Amino acid sequence: MTHPATAMPAISYNFAYLDEQTKRMIRRAILKAIAIPGYQVPFAGREMPMPYGWGTGGVQVTAALLGADDVLKVIDQGSDDTTNAVALRTFFETTAGVKTTSHTAEANVIQTRHRIPETPLKPGQVLVYQVPIPEPLRFLEPRETETRKLHALSDYGLIHVKLYEDIARHGHIATTYAYPATVNGHYVMDPSPIPKFDNPKMDHSPALQVFGAGREKRIYAVPPYTSVVPLDFADHPFTVQRFSQPCALCGAEGVYLDEVILDDQGGRMFVCSDTDYCAGRQAEGHTGTLSAPDAPTRADEGPKEGCS
Amino acid sequence: MTSSAMPRPKADDEAPLLVAEKLTRFYGARLGCREVDLTLHPGEVLAIVGESGSGKSTLLSLLSTELAASSGRVLYRQRDGVTRDLATLSEAERRLLLRTDWGFVRQHAEQGLRMAVSAGGNVGERLMAVGGRHYGAIRQQAIDWLGRVEIEADRVDDDPRSFSGGMRQRLQIARNLVTRPRLVFMDEPTGGLDVSVQARLLDLIRSLVAQFGLAVVIVTHDLAVARLLSHRIMVMKSGRVIEEGLTDQVLDDPREPYTQLLVSSVLVP
Ligand SMILES: [Zn+2]
Repeated sequence: MTHPATAMPAISYNFAYLDEQTKRMIRRAILKAIAIPGYQVPFAGREMPMPYGWGTGGVQVTAALLGADDVLKVIDQGSDDTTNAVALRTFFETTAGVKTTSHTAEANVIQTRHRIPETPLKPGQVLVYQVPIPEPLRFLEPRETETRKLHALSDYGLIHVKLYEDIARHGHIATTYAYPATVNGHYVMDPSPIPKFDNPKMDHSPALQVFGAGREKRIYAVPPYTSVVPLDFADHPFTVQRFSQPCALCGAEGVYLDEVILDDQGGRMFVCSDTDYCAGRQAEGHTGTLSAPDAPTRADEGPKEGCS
Repeated sequence: MTSSAMPRPKADDEAPLLVAEKLTRFYGARLGCREVDLTLHPGEVLAIVGESGSGKSTLLSLLSTELAASSGRVLYRQRDGVTRDLATLSEAERRLLLRTDWGFVRQHAEQGLRMAVSAGGNVGERLMAVGGRHYGAIRQQAIDWLGRVEIEADRVDDDPRSFSGGMRQRLQIARNLVTRPRLVFMDEPTGGLDVSVQARLLDLIRSLVAQFGLAVVIVTHDLAVARLLSHRIMVMKSGRVIEEGLTDQVLDDPREPYTQLLVSSVLVP
Protein backbone atom coordinates (compact mmCIF):
# COMPACT_ATOMS: atom_id res chain seq x y z
CA MET A 1 0.00 0.00 0.00
CA THR A 2 2.88 2.37 -0.71
CA HIS A 3 2.00 5.57 -2.33
CA PRO A 4 3.61 6.70 -5.59
CA ALA A 5 6.13 9.40 -4.74
CA THR A 6 5.25 11.51 -7.75
CA ALA A 7 1.88 12.48 -6.30
CA MET A 8 3.25 13.13 -2.84
CA PRO A 9 2.50 16.66 -1.70
CA ALA A 10 5.01 18.95 -0.05
CA ILE A 11 4.05 17.85 3.45
CA SER A 12 4.67 14.17 3.94
CA TYR A 13 1.74 12.14 5.26
CA ASN A 14 1.47 8.45 5.74
CA PHE A 15 -0.85 6.98 3.09
CA ALA A 16 -4.40 8.18 3.93
CA TYR A 17 -3.10 10.21 6.90
CA LEU A 18 -3.34 7.51 9.60
CA ASP A 19 -0.30 5.47 10.57
CA GLU A 20 -0.31 1.81 9.60
CA GLN A 21 -0.75 0.56 13.16
CA THR A 22 -3.87 2.66 13.64
CA LYS A 23 -5.28 1.47 10.32
CA ARG A 24 -4.69 -2.17 11.30
CA MET A 25 -6.52 -1.54 14.58
CA ILE A 26 -9.46 0.03 12.72
CA ARG A 27 -9.49 -2.82 10.19
CA ARG A 28 -9.72 -5.32 13.03
CA ALA A 29 -12.72 -3.41 14.38
CA ILE A 30 -14.29 -3.40 10.89
CA LEU A 31 -13.74 -7.16 10.54
CA LYS A 32 -15.37 -7.74 13.90
CA ALA A 33 -18.25 -5.46 12.90
CA ILE A 34 -18.75 -7.46 9.69
CA ALA A 35 -18.68 -10.70 11.64
CA ILE A 36 -21.41 -9.47 14.02
CA PRO A 37 -23.77 -7.49 11.77
CA GLY A 38 -25.21 -4.42 13.47
CA TYR A 39 -23.10 -4.75 16.64
CA GLN A 40 -21.32 -1.58 17.73
CA VAL A 41 -17.61 -2.33 18.02
CA PRO A 42 -15.59 0.10 20.15
CA PHE A 43 -12.34 1.26 18.60
CA ALA A 44 -9.53 3.53 19.73
CA GLY A 45 -10.47 6.45 17.53
CA ARG A 46 -7.83 9.02 16.64
CA GLU A 47 -8.03 12.75 16.53
CA MET A 48 -8.41 13.80 12.91
CA PRO A 49 -7.45 17.20 11.46
CA MET A 50 -11.11 18.25 11.29
CA PRO A 51 -13.93 18.80 13.76
CA TYR A 52 -16.16 15.89 14.86
CA GLY A 53 -19.21 17.19 13.00
CA TRP A 54 -17.27 16.70 9.79
CA GLY A 55 -17.43 12.97 9.89
CA THR A 56 -14.23 11.90 11.61
CA GLY A 57 -15.65 8.40 12.20
CA GLY A 58 -16.32 7.89 8.51
CA VAL A 59 -12.96 9.40 7.62
CA GLN A 60 -11.09 6.94 9.84
CA VAL A 61 -13.00 3.99 8.36
CA THR A 62 -12.33 5.24 4.83
CA ALA A 63 -8.66 5.79 5.64
CA ALA A 64 -8.36 2.23 6.91
CA LEU A 65 -10.15 0.79 3.87
CA LEU A 66 -8.52 2.74 1.04
CA GLY A 67 -5.86 1.17 -1.15
CA ALA A 68 -3.84 2.98 -3.78
CA ASP A 69 -6.03 1.63 -6.60
CA ASP A 70 -9.37 2.55 -5.05
CA VAL A 71 -11.66 5.16 -6.51
CA LEU A 72 -13.33 7.34 -3.91
CA LYS A 73 -16.62 9.23 -3.98
CA VAL A 74 -17.68 11.54 -1.12
CA ILE A 75 -21.24 12.78 -0.76
CA ASP A 76 -22.88 15.05 1.75
CA GLN A 77 -26.71 15.05 1.77
CA GLY A 78 -26.56 13.49 -1.71
CA SER A 79 -24.26 16.13 -3.16
CA ASP A 80 -20.63 15.79 -4.22
CA ASP A 81 -20.14 19.54 -4.15
CA THR A 82 -20.89 20.78 -0.64
CA THR A 83 -18.05 22.27 1.37
CA ASN A 84 -17.89 19.19 3.54
CA ALA A 85 -17.80 16.75 0.60
CA VAL A 86 -15.17 18.77 -1.25
CA ALA A 87 -13.03 19.09 1.88
CA LEU A 88 -13.06 15.34 2.58
CA ARG A 89 -12.42 14.48 -1.06
CA THR A 90 -9.49 16.89 -1.14
CA PHE A 91 -8.23 15.42 2.12
CA PHE A 92 -7.97 11.95 0.61
CA GLU A 93 -6.65 13.21 -2.72
CA THR A 94 -3.89 14.95 -0.74
CA THR A 95 -3.10 12.28 1.82
CA ALA A 96 -3.68 9.14 -0.27
CA GLY A 97 -3.45 10.37 -3.81
CA VAL A 98 -6.37 8.15 -4.76
CA LYS A 99 -8.53 8.77 -7.77
CA THR A 100 -11.86 10.39 -6.91
CA THR A 101 -15.12 10.53 -8.82
CA SER A 102 -18.64 11.82 -8.49
CA HIS A 103 -20.09 8.85 -10.38
CA THR A 104 -21.56 6.23 -8.06
CA ALA A 105 -20.95 3.43 -10.53
CA GLU A 106 -17.23 4.27 -10.85
CA ALA A 107 -16.45 4.40 -7.14
CA ASN A 108 -15.53 1.42 -5.04
CA VAL A 109 -15.43 3.35 -1.76
CA ILE A 110 -18.21 5.88 -1.15
CA GLN A 111 -18.16 7.96 2.00
CA THR A 112 -21.55 9.44 2.77
CA ARG A 113 -23.28 11.77 5.12
CA HIS A 114 -27.09 11.45 5.30
CA ARG A 115 -27.89 9.67 2.00
CA ILE A 116 -27.55 6.45 0.06
CA PRO A 117 -27.03 6.98 -3.68
CA GLU A 118 -30.02 6.39 -5.95
CA THR A 119 -27.93 4.34 -8.39
CA PRO A 120 -28.11 0.79 -7.02
CA LEU A 121 -24.86 -0.30 -5.42
CA LYS A 122 -22.89 -3.24 -6.79
CA PRO A 123 -20.90 -6.11 -5.32
CA GLY A 124 -17.43 -4.95 -4.37
CA GLN A 125 -18.49 -1.44 -3.42
CA VAL A 126 -18.18 -0.18 0.16
CA LEU A 127 -20.49 2.51 1.53
CA VAL A 128 -18.98 4.30 4.54
CA TYR A 129 -21.45 6.25 6.69
CA GLN A 130 -20.58 9.17 8.94
CA VAL A 131 -22.46 8.61 12.18
CA PRO A 132 -23.08 11.27 14.84
CA ILE A 133 -24.89 9.04 17.39
CA PRO A 134 -24.47 5.28 16.99
CA GLU A 135 -26.72 4.17 19.85
CA PRO A 136 -30.39 3.77 18.83
CA LEU A 137 -31.36 3.46 22.51
CA ARG A 138 -29.47 6.55 23.64
CA PHE A 139 -32.40 8.87 24.21
CA LEU A 140 -34.50 6.11 25.74
CA GLU A 141 -31.93 4.61 28.11
CA PRO A 142 -28.98 6.83 29.04
CA ARG A 143 -27.03 4.14 30.96
CA GLU A 144 -24.52 2.46 28.68
CA THR A 145 -24.25 -0.61 30.95
CA GLU A 146 -27.98 -1.09 30.41
CA THR A 147 -28.02 -0.45 26.63
CA ARG A 148 -25.29 -3.08 26.22
CA LYS A 149 -27.46 -5.60 28.04
CA LEU A 150 -30.50 -4.66 25.97
CA HIS A 151 -28.52 -5.22 22.77
CA ALA A 152 -27.09 -8.50 24.01
CA LEU A 153 -30.59 -9.74 24.86
CA SER A 154 -32.07 -8.31 21.66
CA ASP A 155 -34.45 -6.53 24.02
CA TYR A 156 -35.86 -3.66 21.98
CA GLY A 157 -39.29 -3.01 23.50
CA LEU A 158 -38.09 0.50 24.35
CA ILE A 159 -37.74 1.43 20.70
CA HIS A 160 -41.32 0.38 20.17
CA VAL A 161 -42.28 2.62 23.09
CA LYS A 162 -40.69 5.49 21.15
CA LEU A 163 -42.62 4.56 18.00
CA TYR A 164 -45.80 4.20 20.10
CA GLU A 165 -45.26 7.74 21.39
CA ASP A 166 -44.83 8.97 17.82
CA ILE A 167 -48.19 7.55 16.80
CA ALA A 168 -49.91 8.75 19.98
CA ARG A 169 -48.68 12.30 19.35
CA HIS A 170 -48.75 12.59 15.58
CA GLY A 171 -51.12 9.88 14.41
CA HIS A 172 -48.32 8.16 12.54
CA ILE A 173 -44.69 7.19 13.06
CA ALA A 174 -43.08 10.62 12.79
CA THR A 175 -39.51 9.35 12.78
CA THR A 176 -38.31 10.23 9.28
CA TYR A 177 -34.54 10.17 9.74
CA ALA A 178 -32.25 7.67 11.45
CA TYR A 179 -35.11 5.16 11.40
CA PRO A 180 -34.10 2.16 13.55
CA ALA A 181 -33.76 -1.19 11.83
CA THR A 182 -33.01 -4.76 12.87
CA VAL A 183 -29.88 -6.15 11.24
CA ASN A 184 -29.71 -9.85 10.47
CA GLY A 185 -32.53 -10.58 12.91
CA HIS A 186 -30.69 -9.50 16.06
CA TYR A 187 -29.08 -6.10 16.64
CA VAL A 188 -31.08 -2.94 16.13
CA MET A 189 -28.97 -0.16 14.66
CA ASP A 190 -29.25 3.53 14.02
CA PRO A 191 -28.63 3.81 10.28
CA SER A 192 -27.22 7.36 10.76
CA PRO A 193 -29.40 10.33 9.81
CA ILE A 194 -30.34 9.09 6.36
CA PRO A 195 -33.99 9.68 5.43
CA LYS A 196 -36.12 6.59 6.06
CA PHE A 197 -36.63 6.72 2.30
CA ASP A 198 -33.18 5.11 2.06
CA ASN A 199 -33.81 2.31 4.59
CA PRO A 200 -35.02 -0.19 1.97
CA LYS A 201 -31.77 0.28 0.04
CA MET A 202 -29.85 -1.14 3.00
CA ASP A 203 -31.72 -4.42 2.97
CA HIS A 204 -29.81 -7.19 1.15
CA SER A 205 -27.57 -4.63 -0.51
CA PRO A 206 -24.79 -6.24 -2.58
CA ALA A 207 -22.41 -3.59 -1.18
CA LEU A 208 -20.65 -3.69 2.20
CA GLN A 209 -21.95 -0.94 4.51
CA VAL A 210 -19.66 0.31 7.30
CA PHE A 211 -20.67 2.93 9.87
CA GLY A 212 -18.11 5.06 11.72
CA ALA A 213 -18.88 7.24 14.73
CA GLY A 214 -15.86 9.44 15.53
CA ARG A 215 -16.89 11.16 18.73
CA GLU A 216 -18.28 7.97 20.27
CA LYS A 217 -15.59 5.72 18.79
CA ARG A 218 -17.85 2.97 17.46
CA ILE A 219 -17.86 1.04 14.20
CA TYR A 220 -20.67 -1.19 12.98
CA ALA A 221 -21.41 -2.85 9.69
CA VAL A 222 -23.95 -4.51 7.47
CA PRO A 223 -22.26 -7.16 5.32
CA PRO A 224 -23.46 -7.64 1.73
CA TYR A 225 -26.79 -9.41 1.30
CA THR A 226 -27.85 -8.98 4.94
CA SER A 227 -31.41 -8.30 6.07
CA VAL A 228 -32.11 -4.80 7.40
CA VAL A 229 -35.70 -4.56 8.60
CA PRO A 230 -37.23 -1.34 9.96
CA LEU A 231 -39.15 -1.59 13.25
CA ASP A 232 -42.87 -0.86 13.05
CA PHE A 233 -46.34 -1.94 14.17
CA ALA A 234 -48.67 -4.34 12.35
CA ASP A 235 -51.31 -1.61 12.06
CA HIS A 236 -48.76 1.16 11.38
CA PRO A 237 -46.33 -0.48 8.98
CA PHE A 238 -43.09 1.17 7.88
CA THR A 239 -43.54 3.32 4.77
CA VAL A 240 -41.15 5.57 2.91
CA GLN A 241 -41.72 9.20 2.03
CA ARG A 242 -43.53 9.74 -1.26
CA PHE A 243 -43.24 12.87 -3.33
CA SER A 244 -46.16 14.36 -5.15
CA GLN A 245 -44.11 15.38 -8.17
CA PRO A 246 -41.07 14.24 -10.15
CA CYS A 247 -37.66 15.96 -10.11
CA ALA A 248 -37.98 19.38 -11.76
CA LEU A 249 -34.68 18.93 -13.56
CA CYS A 250 -34.61 15.31 -14.72
CA GLY A 251 -38.19 14.10 -14.25
CA ALA A 252 -37.09 11.22 -11.99
CA GLU A 253 -39.80 9.63 -9.83
CA GLY A 254 -39.34 7.36 -6.84
CA VAL A 255 -36.18 9.18 -5.76
CA TYR A 256 -35.54 11.42 -2.77
CA LEU A 257 -36.12 15.09 -3.58
CA ASP A 258 -34.80 18.24 -1.95
CA GLU A 259 -36.71 21.49 -1.90
CA VAL A 260 -34.80 24.35 -3.50
CA ILE A 261 -35.90 27.94 -2.96
CA LEU A 262 -35.76 29.84 -6.26
CA ASP A 263 -36.54 33.40 -5.26
CA ASP A 264 -37.84 35.44 -2.37
CA GLN A 265 -41.42 35.36 -3.70
CA GLY A 266 -41.87 31.80 -2.45
CA GLY A 267 -40.81 30.17 -5.69
CA ARG A 268 -39.35 26.71 -5.15
CA MET A 269 -38.69 23.47 -6.91
CA PHE A 270 -38.09 19.87 -6.00
CA VAL A 271 -34.98 18.26 -7.38
CA CYS A 272 -33.04 15.03 -6.85
CA SER A 273 -31.03 15.15 -3.64
CA ASP A 274 -28.52 12.85 -5.41
CA THR A 275 -26.79 15.34 -7.72
CA ASP A 276 -24.79 12.70 -9.58
CA TYR A 277 -27.92 10.69 -10.33
CA CYS A 278 -29.75 13.82 -11.53
CA ALA A 279 -26.86 14.95 -13.76
CA GLY A 280 -26.62 11.47 -15.23
CA ARG A 281 -30.30 11.45 -16.17
CA GLN A 282 -30.09 14.92 -17.66
CA ALA A 283 -27.08 13.80 -19.73
CA GLU A 284 -29.22 10.93 -21.01
CA GLY A 285 -31.79 13.48 -22.18
CA HIS A 286 -34.37 13.23 -19.40
CA THR A 287 -36.11 16.50 -18.62
CA GLY A 288 -38.31 17.96 -15.91
CA THR A 289 -40.70 20.88 -15.69
CA LEU A 290 -37.89 23.36 -15.12
CA SER A 291 -35.28 22.01 -17.51
CA ALA A 292 -36.25 24.18 -20.50
CA PRO A 293 -33.93 27.17 -21.02
CA ASP A 294 -36.82 29.58 -20.37
CA ALA A 295 -37.93 27.80 -17.25
CA PRO A 296 -40.48 29.73 -15.20
CA THR A 297 -39.26 31.16 -11.93
CA ARG A 298 -42.08 29.68 -9.88
CA ALA A 299 -42.47 26.00 -9.35
CA ASP A 300 -45.75 24.25 -8.86
CA GLU A 301 -46.93 24.44 -5.30
CA GLY A 302 -47.37 21.16 -3.58
CA PRO A 303 -46.68 19.35 -0.39
CA LYS A 304 -43.13 18.13 -0.14
CA GLU A 305 -43.97 14.72 1.09
CA GLY A 306 -46.74 12.52 2.34
CA CYS A 307 -46.16 9.85 4.90
CA SER A 308 -49.43 8.02 4.47
CA MET B 1 -60.76 3.37 54.73
CA THR B 2 -61.93 0.33 56.60
CA SER B 3 -59.89 -1.07 59.40
CA SER B 4 -60.47 -4.75 58.81
CA ALA B 5 -57.57 -6.90 57.69
CA MET B 6 -57.41 -8.40 54.24
CA PRO B 7 -59.66 -11.42 53.77
CA ARG B 8 -57.37 -14.41 53.59
CA PRO B 9 -57.17 -16.27 50.29
CA LYS B 10 -59.11 -19.49 50.55
CA ALA B 11 -57.04 -22.25 52.02
CA ASP B 12 -55.80 -24.82 49.58
CA ASP B 13 -52.89 -27.13 49.24
CA GLU B 14 -51.18 -25.10 46.52
CA ALA B 15 -47.41 -25.14 46.71
CA PRO B 16 -45.68 -21.92 47.78
CA LEU B 17 -45.02 -19.29 45.14
CA LEU B 18 -41.94 -17.76 46.71
CA VAL B 19 -39.59 -19.25 49.27
CA ALA B 20 -36.54 -17.60 50.84
CA GLU B 21 -34.02 -19.74 52.69
CA LYS B 22 -31.50 -18.27 55.11
CA LEU B 23 -31.23 -15.14 53.00
CA THR B 24 -28.22 -13.08 54.05
CA ARG B 25 -26.61 -9.99 52.66
CA PHE B 26 -23.56 -8.10 53.81
CA TYR B 27 -22.38 -4.80 52.42
CA GLY B 28 -18.71 -5.30 53.05
CA ALA B 29 -18.55 -5.84 56.79
CA ARG B 30 -21.94 -4.23 57.42
CA LEU B 31 -24.98 -6.44 57.75
CA GLY B 32 -27.93 -5.85 55.42
CA CYS B 33 -30.05 -8.74 56.58
CA ARG B 34 -29.29 -12.13 58.09
CA GLU B 35 -30.76 -15.61 57.66
CA VAL B 36 -34.27 -14.63 56.67
CA ASP B 37 -36.65 -17.49 55.88
CA LEU B 38 -40.03 -16.85 54.38
CA THR B 39 -42.74 -18.58 52.42
CA LEU B 40 -45.37 -16.84 50.32
CA HIS B 41 -48.38 -18.58 48.81
CA PRO B 42 -50.38 -17.46 45.78
CA GLY B 43 -52.78 -14.67 46.70
CA GLU B 44 -51.07 -13.98 50.01
CA VAL B 45 -49.98 -10.51 51.14
CA LEU B 46 -46.91 -10.31 53.36
CA ALA B 47 -45.90 -7.04 55.00
CA ILE B 48 -42.31 -6.46 56.04
CA VAL B 49 -42.17 -3.72 58.66
CA GLY B 50 -39.43 -2.03 60.59
CA GLU B 51 -37.65 1.23 60.94
CA SER B 52 -35.26 2.66 58.44
CA GLY B 53 -32.06 0.58 58.53
CA SER B 54 -33.89 -2.52 59.76
CA GLY B 55 -32.99 -4.45 56.61
CA LYS B 56 -36.49 -4.50 55.11
CA SER B 57 -35.44 -2.76 51.90
CA THR B 58 -32.42 -5.03 51.54
CA LEU B 59 -34.70 -8.02 51.91
CA LEU B 60 -37.05 -6.72 49.23
CA SER B 61 -34.12 -6.18 46.86
CA LEU B 62 -32.89 -9.72 47.50
CA LEU B 63 -36.32 -11.26 46.94
CA SER B 64 -36.83 -9.34 43.70
CA THR B 65 -33.35 -10.26 42.36
CA GLU B 66 -32.23 -6.65 42.29
CA LEU B 67 -29.48 -7.58 44.71
CA ALA B 68 -27.48 -10.81 44.92
CA ALA B 69 -27.46 -12.61 48.26
CA SER B 70 -24.23 -13.16 50.18
CA SER B 71 -25.68 -16.53 51.12
CA GLY B 72 -29.02 -18.29 51.11
CA ARG B 73 -31.38 -18.54 48.18
CA VAL B 74 -34.74 -17.54 46.76
CA LEU B 75 -36.99 -20.09 45.03
CA TYR B 76 -39.89 -19.19 42.77
CA ARG B 77 -42.56 -21.38 41.23
CA GLN B 78 -42.90 -20.27 37.62
CA ARG B 79 -46.08 -20.22 35.57
CA ASP B 80 -45.08 -23.56 34.07
CA GLY B 81 -45.15 -25.05 37.60
CA VAL B 82 -41.39 -25.52 37.79
CA THR B 83 -39.73 -24.10 40.90
CA ARG B 84 -36.41 -22.42 40.18
CA ASP B 85 -33.58 -21.05 42.29
CA LEU B 86 -33.64 -17.45 41.06
CA ALA B 87 -29.84 -17.20 41.13
CA THR B 88 -29.73 -19.77 38.34
CA LEU B 89 -31.93 -17.81 35.92
CA SER B 90 -30.23 -16.42 32.86
CA GLU B 91 -30.42 -12.64 32.48
CA ALA B 92 -33.01 -13.06 29.70
CA GLU B 93 -35.15 -15.35 31.93
CA ARG B 94 -34.82 -12.97 34.86
CA ARG B 95 -35.94 -9.98 32.81
CA LEU B 96 -38.86 -11.90 31.35
CA LEU B 97 -39.97 -12.84 34.86
CA LEU B 98 -39.65 -9.23 36.06
CA ARG B 99 -41.85 -7.89 33.28
CA THR B 100 -44.44 -10.62 33.01
CA ASP B 101 -45.09 -12.64 36.17
CA TRP B 102 -43.82 -10.00 38.58
CA GLY B 103 -44.47 -6.35 39.27
CA PHE B 104 -42.67 -3.74 41.36
CA VAL B 105 -44.41 -0.63 42.66
CA ARG B 106 -41.93 1.93 44.00
CA GLN B 107 -42.32 4.70 46.50
CA HIS B 108 -40.94 7.26 44.09
CA ALA B 109 -42.93 7.19 40.88
CA GLU B 110 -40.03 8.52 38.84
CA GLN B 111 -38.20 5.25 39.61
CA GLY B 112 -41.13 3.16 38.46
CA LEU B 113 -42.41 5.20 35.52
CA ARG B 114 -40.95 6.75 32.40
CA MET B 115 -41.77 10.35 33.19
CA ALA B 116 -41.34 11.62 29.61
CA VAL B 117 -43.49 8.84 28.11
CA SER B 118 -47.29 9.07 27.91
CA ALA B 119 -49.49 7.12 30.33
CA GLY B 120 -50.45 4.84 27.44
CA GLY B 121 -46.80 4.23 26.57
CA ASN B 122 -46.01 3.52 30.23
CA VAL B 123 -48.72 0.90 30.46
CA GLY B 124 -47.97 -0.48 26.99
CA GLU B 125 -44.24 -0.87 27.57
CA ARG B 126 -44.46 -4.38 29.02
CA LEU B 127 -46.74 -5.48 26.22
CA MET B 128 -44.25 -4.21 23.67
CA ALA B 129 -41.34 -5.73 25.57
CA VAL B 130 -42.91 -9.16 25.23
CA GLY B 131 -43.62 -8.75 21.54
CA GLY B 132 -46.82 -6.65 21.27
CA ARG B 133 -46.69 -5.15 17.78
CA HIS B 134 -50.24 -3.89 17.22
CA TYR B 135 -50.54 -0.24 18.19
CA GLY B 136 -54.33 -0.24 18.39
CA ALA B 137 -54.45 -3.31 20.62
CA ILE B 138 -51.70 -1.99 22.93
CA ARG B 139 -53.47 1.35 23.26
CA GLN B 140 -56.82 -0.30 23.97
CA GLN B 141 -55.30 -2.42 26.74
CA ALA B 142 -53.63 0.68 28.16
CA ILE B 143 -56.97 2.51 28.25
CA ASP B 144 -58.64 -0.49 29.88
CA TRP B 145 -55.99 -0.56 32.59
CA LEU B 146 -56.12 3.18 33.17
CA GLY B 147 -59.84 2.66 33.82
CA ARG B 148 -59.15 -0.10 36.33
CA VAL B 149 -56.92 2.26 38.31
CA GLU B 150 -59.43 5.12 38.01
CA ILE B 151 -57.54 7.26 35.50
CA GLU B 152 -59.74 8.81 32.82
CA ALA B 153 -59.22 7.51 29.29
CA ASP B 154 -58.62 11.04 28.02
CA ARG B 155 -55.35 11.15 30.02
CA VAL B 156 -53.86 8.28 27.97
CA ASP B 157 -51.61 10.58 25.95
CA ASP B 158 -50.53 12.76 28.89
CA ASP B 159 -47.22 12.03 30.53
CA PRO B 160 -46.98 11.42 34.28
CA ARG B 161 -45.27 14.73 34.95
CA SER B 162 -48.74 16.26 34.72
CA PHE B 163 -50.20 13.69 37.17
CA SER B 164 -50.73 14.11 40.90
CA GLY B 165 -48.81 11.88 43.32
CA GLY B 166 -51.76 9.54 43.79
CA MET B 167 -52.34 9.26 40.04
CA ARG B 168 -48.69 8.46 39.47
CA GLN B 169 -48.89 5.55 41.91
CA ARG B 170 -52.08 4.30 40.26
CA LEU B 171 -50.34 4.54 36.88
CA GLN B 172 -47.43 2.50 38.27
CA ILE B 173 -49.90 -0.15 39.33
CA ALA B 174 -51.54 -0.26 35.88
CA ARG B 175 -48.12 -0.43 34.22
CA ASN B 176 -47.25 -3.45 36.37
CA LEU B 177 -50.52 -5.33 36.26
CA VAL B 178 -51.07 -5.16 32.49
CA THR B 179 -49.27 -8.50 32.05
CA ARG B 180 -51.31 -10.08 34.89
CA PRO B 181 -48.39 -10.83 37.21
CA ARG B 182 -48.89 -13.29 40.07
CA LEU B 183 -46.44 -11.56 42.42
CA VAL B 184 -46.01 -7.83 43.06
CA PHE B 185 -43.35 -6.21 45.23
CA MET B 186 -44.26 -2.87 46.78
CA ASP B 187 -41.85 -0.49 48.47
CA GLU B 188 -43.70 2.08 50.60
CA PRO B 189 -46.31 2.56 47.84
CA THR B 190 -48.25 5.16 49.84
CA GLY B 191 -45.22 6.94 51.28
CA GLY B 192 -45.32 10.72 51.02
CA LEU B 193 -48.97 10.89 49.99
CA ASP B 194 -51.69 12.88 51.78
CA VAL B 195 -53.82 10.79 54.11
CA SER B 196 -56.96 10.97 51.94
CA VAL B 197 -54.94 10.09 48.83
CA GLN B 198 -53.35 7.21 50.75
CA ALA B 199 -56.75 5.87 51.72
CA ARG B 200 -58.00 5.84 48.15
CA LEU B 201 -54.82 4.14 46.93
CA LEU B 202 -55.00 1.49 49.65
CA ASP B 203 -58.61 0.74 48.77
CA LEU B 204 -57.63 0.34 45.13
CA ILE B 205 -54.70 -1.96 45.98
CA ARG B 206 -56.97 -4.05 48.24
CA SER B 207 -59.55 -4.51 45.52
CA LEU B 208 -56.99 -5.34 42.80
CA VAL B 209 -55.22 -7.82 45.08
CA ALA B 210 -58.51 -9.56 45.74
CA GLN B 211 -59.72 -9.38 42.14
CA PHE B 212 -56.54 -10.83 40.61
CA GLY B 213 -55.46 -13.05 43.49
CA LEU B 214 -52.13 -11.27 43.65
CA ALA B 215 -49.38 -12.33 45.97
CA VAL B 216 -47.71 -9.23 47.41
CA VAL B 217 -44.59 -8.52 49.42
CA ILE B 218 -44.97 -5.00 50.75
CA VAL B 219 -42.32 -3.09 52.65
CA THR B 220 -43.66 -0.33 54.85
CA HIS B 221 -42.81 1.55 57.99
CA ASP B 222 -46.52 2.32 58.37
CA LEU B 223 -48.24 -0.32 60.50
CA ALA B 224 -51.66 0.99 59.49
CA VAL B 225 -50.84 0.15 55.89
CA ALA B 226 -49.63 -3.29 56.95
CA ARG B 227 -52.82 -3.91 58.93
CA LEU B 228 -55.04 -2.89 56.06
CA LEU B 229 -53.29 -4.80 53.27
CA SER B 230 -51.51 -7.81 54.65
CA HIS B 231 -52.40 -11.30 55.85
CA ARG B 232 -49.07 -11.88 57.50
CA ILE B 233 -46.42 -9.61 58.88
CA MET B 234 -42.69 -9.84 59.54
CA VAL B 235 -41.06 -7.37 61.92
CA MET B 236 -37.39 -6.64 61.22
CA LYS B 237 -34.79 -5.04 63.42
CA SER B 238 -31.05 -4.74 62.79
CA GLY B 239 -31.18 -7.02 59.77
CA ARG B 240 -33.08 -9.86 61.43
CA VAL B 241 -36.68 -10.95 61.60
CA ILE B 242 -37.63 -10.65 65.24
CA GLU B 243 -41.31 -11.50 65.07
CA GLU B 244 -43.74 -12.80 62.49
CA GLY B 245 -47.26 -14.11 62.28
CA LEU B 246 -50.79 -13.26 61.22
CA THR B 247 -51.07 -9.50 60.91
CA ASP B 248 -53.93 -9.05 63.38
CA GLN B 249 -52.32 -11.30 65.96
CA VAL B 250 -48.94 -9.59 65.78
CA LEU B 251 -50.38 -6.09 65.84
CA ASP B 252 -53.01 -6.79 68.52
CA ASP B 253 -50.79 -8.89 70.73
CA PRO B 254 -47.11 -8.29 69.99
CA ARG B 255 -44.72 -10.55 71.88
CA GLU B 256 -41.44 -8.74 71.31
CA PRO B 257 -40.80 -5.56 73.28
CA TYR B 258 -39.56 -3.90 70.09
CA THR B 259 -42.79 -4.73 68.26
CA GLN B 260 -44.78 -3.46 71.25
CA LEU B 261 -42.87 -0.22 70.97
CA LEU B 262 -43.56 0.04 67.25
CA VAL B 263 -47.25 -0.70 67.72
CA SER B 264 -47.71 1.71 70.59
CA SER B 265 -45.94 4.57 68.87
CA VAL B 266 -47.72 4.28 65.56
CA LEU B 267 -51.06 2.69 66.11
CA VAL B 268 -52.47 5.10 68.63
CA PRO B 269 -56.12 5.57 67.69
ZN1 LIG C 1 -33.24 14.83 -10.92
